[in-house]
Amino acid sequence: MEPILELKDVYSSYGSIKALKGISLKVFPGEIVAIIGANGAGKSTTLMATCGIVPIDKGDILYQGKSISGLMAEKLPIMGLCQVPEGRRIFPRLTVHENLELGAFYRKDRAGIEKDMERVYDLFPVLRDRTKQQGGTLSGGEQQMLAIARALMTRPKVLLMDEPSLGLAPLIVQRIFDIIHDVNESEGMTILLVEQNANLALQAAQRGYVLETGTVTMEDDADKLLHNEEIRKAYLGE
Amino acid sequence: MIQEFKKIWKPYLIGLLWLLGLLWPLLGIHPDGTLSFARTFTVWLYIATGISICAVIYLLNKSDALGPVTAPIGNARKALGAFGKTVPTWVWLLALLVVALIYPQVTNRYAQDVAVNVLIYICLGLGLNIVVGLAGMLDLGYIAFYGVGAYSYALLNTHFGISFWATLPIAALLACIAGCIIGYPTLRMRGDYLAIVTLGFGEIVRIILNNWMSVTNGPNGILGVKAPSIFWPSFAEGFSFELLYLKKLHYLYYIALGLAIITIISVRNLNYSRIGRAWESIREDETAAELMGVNTFLLKLLAYAMGALFAGLAGAFFCARMRFVSPESFTFLESAMVLSMVVLGGMGSIPGIMLGAAALIVLPEVFREFETYRMLAFGLAMIVMMLFRPAGLIPAKRVGTRSEEKEG
Ligand SMILES: Nc1ncnc2c1ncn2[C@@H]1O[C@H](COP(=O)(O)OP(=O)(O)OP(=O)(O)O)[C@@H](O)[C@H]1O
Ligand SMILES: [Mg+2]
Repeated sequence: MEPILELKDVYSSYGSIKALKGISLKVFPGEIVAIIGANGAGKSTTLMATCGIVPIDKGDILYQGKSISGLMAEKLPIMGLCQVPEGRRIFPRLTVHENLELGAFYRKDRAGIEKDMERVYDLFPVLRDRTKQQGGTLSGGEQQMLAIARALMTRPKVLLMDEPSLGLAPLIVQRIFDIIHDVNESEGMTILLVEQNANLALQAAQRGYVLETGTVTMEDDADKLLHNEEIRKAYLGE
Repeated sequence: MIQEFKKIWKPYLIGLLWLLGLLWPLLGIHPDGTLSFARTFTVWLYIATGISICAVIYLLNKSDALGPVTAPIGNARKALGAFGKTVPTWVWLLALLVVALIYPQVTNRYAQDVAVNVLIYICLGLGLNIVVGLAGMLDLGYIAFYGVGAYSYALLNTHFGISFWATLPIAALLACIAGCIIGYPTLRMRGDYLAIVTLGFGEIVRIILNNWMSVTNGPNGILGVKAPSIFWPSFAEGFSFELLYLKKLHYLYYIALGLAIITIISVRNLNYSRIGRAWESIREDETAAELMGVNTFLLKLLAYAMGALFAGLAGAFFCARMRFVSPESFTFLESAMVLSMVVLGGMGSIPGIMLGAAALIVLPEVFREFETYRMLAFGLAMIVMMLFRPAGLIPAKRVGTRSEEKEG
């Protein structure tokens, strides 16, 4: 099968800091793939480079078989590639409803937008009775839900998620992972998941990559990684 | 009461002493080198008495001793507010429009002059609001576009005799182009850096106007610009149209009113459009906006262009009213003034900016009686306004209430 998203030996840097030193990874349609790694390993940079926010120095990024490495970032949601960035980054002074509308910014199909709006409100009922509230006044967990809902409004084929569990209570984390499962299963949405919580991420995913200082040090099926001695020591604190 | 007093007496005393320290150099040191104290003390005593009365009222209010007085006032205010809500918005707008239309019939020249100024600054404030309030780019050189508009009309009219109405779109277009030219290189900058660069560009435009003698006549400015004209049917020798110059102030007032209304309607529509929302997303978080498919580059350029457009219109009218332009009208102080109107009125709020423009134009006129202390009083008024309404006179709506608060 053809991978829907593929990074080929990608190098990226911030000035003199080399953040990515030859990342290669493949994501197949319908999969959940997890990326785990320590702080500063380059996980967020990998996602930002994929989305065209951080420029790449070398290598190539293929989406549905075509190179997207030279494209402007704003072209990608139209093609079905969207990211829930680290730290939520919702629009704090816009209302929940306006945040969601911005997710559908490039879309013109009024009816479809209305339908999707209903769908994300069904997925996250807390948002429904806060439509007129400013995004910045939501609680952390609600903001994370809004960030995910906003990304879903772009109707992505591939959804990149950067640490969706950051700073959330276990119960909310569980809910968010349930929803990740849900959209993956019911719509076949492909998900590339970056997580600090390796245990949870590897349980949700089918395959996993381990990043260390800008390179991929391991890739395998998720449950094999989950039972790997080294991984358990390094990332699961055993 | 005693407790409240304990809380405030220290800052109150320090404030009064600080005022004395500030007042004395202003009033007590004379240009001929002599020093005096008497005048400072009398002025200070007046102010201290006034403030003490305010403090006593504040204390009484805090300790609920004024209940019998404030309660009825509060009730009346609430009732008035409730009444205001039952009247639909369009009635208010219509009333405002009617007042604006009959205004020149019932006022004198001076009042009309001030009103025309207010209308021009409303156009400028709303234009700048697109750049600063919506797209979130701090622009300190905005007045340059006003200058471009004004000089467009002055040059086209004096050299080619093109009429005001024909120049209006040309001036808007030229200002737009200037906006893009200045906007383009600054698009990659954010925050403080952007502010400094726009400040520089604003000055560059002014200096060009000041020094390009052969075209702009330098600091002397351009004289002999024609007032706006219309064709008016005349029945003197059969039926014909004659060219009528609208030099009378109240005609000019109506033109300014028209421009202001056009600006208000367009800015309102932009504000609530897809584009307006995209601008706001750029202001809130540029990277996140890009991730959602917002073309930040094009939209920021568009914000500059649209902001400049309204400044260009206002500039052309300004020149037609004065029938004269010189670079002096386009200094940094003017940019700062327009920015103050936007911030003071409430960023992103159209009625707020209109009120802000009115306040900042009318207040200095009111303070004319204070003569030398006019600007001091003006500054003080601005500080007081910001203290009491930090989000602007009429803050932009969308103050989110949590759903539980709404129910409760
Ligand atoms: N804007 C930036 N400027 C300079 N260096 C940066 C920038 N962003 C990230 N880096 C550096 O790049 C490296 C990789 O950062 P990245 O954010 O990708 O890490 P991460 O794996 O997402 O870490 P975490 O789990 O803490 O989020 C780090 O060494 C970081 O210091
Ligand atoms: Mg990260």
